[in-house]
Amino acid sequence: MNSGANPVLALAWTFGLMSLFAVGGANSAIPEMHRVAVDVQHWLTDRQFADVFAISQLSPGPNVLIVTLIGYSVAGVTGALVATLAMCVPTAVLAYLVSHLLSRSSHSRWPAIIQAALVPLSIGLMGASGLILALTSDRSWAAALVTAAAAGLAFATRLNPLWLLLAGGVLGFAGVIG
Amino acid sequence: MPPESPPGALAAPEAPILSPPGLIALFVAFAKMSLAGFGGVLVFARRGIVDHHRWMTAEEFNETFALCHFLPGPNIVNLSVVFGSRFRGIPGGVAAFAGLVGPPVVIVTILAALYARFGEIEALRRTLAGVSCAAVGLLISVVLRMMMPLIGKRDVVGLILMAAVFIAIGLLRLPLPAVLLAAIPLSIGVTFAMRRRAVA
Repeated sequence: MNSGANPVLALAWTFGLMSLFAVGGANSAIPEMHRVAVDVQHWLTDRQFADVFAISQLSPGPNVLIVTLIGYSVAGVTGALVATLAMCVPTAVLAYLVSHLLSRSSHSRWPAIIQAALVPLSIGLMGASGLILALTSDRSWAAALVTAAAAGLAFATRLNPLWLLLAGGVLGFAGVIG
Repeated sequence: MPPESPPGALAAPEAPILSPPGLIALFVAFAKMSLAGFGGVLVFARRGIVDHHRWMTAEEFNETFALCHFLPGPNIVNLSVVFGSRFRGIPGGVAAFAGLVGPPVVIVTILAALYARFGEIEALRRTLAGVSCAAVGLLISVVLRMMMPLIGKRDVVGLILMAAVFIAIGLLRLPLPAVLLAAIPLSIGVTFAMRRRAVA
């Protein structure tokens, strides 16, 4: 955890640990990423964090790649690779082990209970992600309105999310969001 | 469909499974799904694995995904490893993982380098700010969709747990491991007790 010593080690430790606590996926861990990267380690400013989130959502591939961007901004290509592997490998190993364990004793009812117990927690985490990202991204009434409109449209329709992201980008480019 | 069947047994009469994929096929298939997946790879993974390649039935896919969803970490990464290793052992898991993560990491790293160089340009900054606002809206819509079943079932305990985690992480900004080390045992205990009472 000693941040000053070696940023690559700090990345490995931060995301390796986070990997095992990201209940519900990468988006659940966004508050923790923000807490560590912005508040504790000062790797990124608030605005850079919002930008990095935007880039990760615009890119193809799994959402987890936001850690690649955070890693790059800390320690270049090495940082990008270390952060990505640290976030993926511990949980991937765990998934491999558990899937083998479960296939041997698949009649246990514990998996279902644990799964049901984790659902509300992961929704709470993702809600916190939404709040923290809204606080970092929406610095004007117009911005908050765009967020609310995107949320409403995505909730009520089956519109491809990419269109909403592009529309947000066009509004931003046009200077509507300020 | 017992999960312990060896790959060969998956070609049982009722399962529309074609021959099990090789390492290169795993890598290529996951790379394609990943590169098609803007805003989440799951939809494309289901399409590729179940509809296109017929490596799993829809039911097997759902079971595998449920397992990967209850484990921590990026779900789709877990899915790639579990899926690949089911067919080709550890090398299969590594091949699927490398396909899923490798190509987009190259793209994102290039974008990161561009951002580090041009991120201060005013027009780009404005555009990214707009994208970010919309992306937050998308995330909020996912949260709302996930909440609907809890509200529909009047799952008061679930809603309280959800609110408690939201407050601890979102408002109080407590560290994630500490919050979950308290919340997970509590939630499992409560869920277990309620199911027991429902049975009794």
